[in-house]
Amino acid sequence: MTEYTPTHVGTVTKYVVVESFEVTPTDLALRGYEISKGTMIKETCFGLVVNGKEEEVDRIVTELRKMDPDHIFVKDRGFPPGDSRRCRANLGGARPGYHGMEYEMTVIPYVSHGLEALEKRDAAAVPAPKDPLEKPALDILTLKKLIKAQES
Amino acid sequence: MAKVFIYPATSLILSDLVSRHGHTPLSSAIAVRERIQTAGLESPPLQITPEEPKKGLKWAAVEVPAGVRGRMSLYGPMIEQAEAAIIINDADLAFGCMGCARTNELIKFLLRQKDIPKLDLNYPKNEEEGVQFVAAIKRFLGELGGPK
Repeated sequence: MTEYTPTHVGTVTKYVVVESFEVTPTDLALRGYEISKGTMIKETCFGLVVNGKEEEVDRIVTELRKMDPDHIFVKDRGFPPGDSRRCRANLGGARPGYHGMEYEMTVIPYVSHGLEALEKRDAAAVPAPKDPLEKPALDILTLKKLIKAQES
Repeated sequence: MAKVFIYPATSLILSDLVSRHGHTPLSSAIAVRERIQTAGLESPPLQITPEEPKKGLKWAAVEVPAGVRGRMSLYGPMIEQAEAAIIINDADLAFGCMGCARTNELIKFLLRQKDIPKLDLNYPKNEEEGVQFVAAIKRFLGELGGPK
């Protein structure tokens, strides 16, 4: 085993994902370059990867969010942008972790709608979603139907 | 501001909604970053060294495969720190090898054992469910206190 010397120590990396009809990753990147002070910004097909000191990254992310608050989503990333252990340029195929994000991108429009709707509606008045842990018991009518189907 | 464990730990939606409401999401990226930025022996891609399965013994027994124990060394400390948890139950994206599958089961088990506020949800499948999903998270995080 060889010695490992880390790079970008003390920095954070965040994904800024955009799923909007009005803002594109390029718009985000241009705005990001305008306001950044010493951060690394990489434009991707889904948004941006921003790397730098925590306060600076948070400031940029807060500013970028203002462009379309209900359609811009942010999450942390462990690796810096372009890291050879994760970047698809080195590995070939999709970046590990991309498939998870790809799946969530199909759900994000509903979440964005929820965020927009809650600006006009009171969250307390919205009914609770179905409890996924609730396992409803088989009701007697369905059981009778099943028995009948089995008999005939 | 509360530390909220999110499951799936890589979820973009949960991570965003938790930080949007002023709380700290505990996601796998934080644990990975900690290892990536620590000097030591080269062990690509995630810098998981042979030491990690030993650390994982705190949360999984010795006869549990090293893959699960190694993964638990990432998630275990975060579960201990967690002051609340949001769990998505139909997260098919969290699938993987048996190591991932068993670790996911263990994570959910440890969270359910822990006496902290928990919110169980499914991914929304239409716009109305989207509103209910966001409202449930908003209410849950609001009850934790701190900025809303």
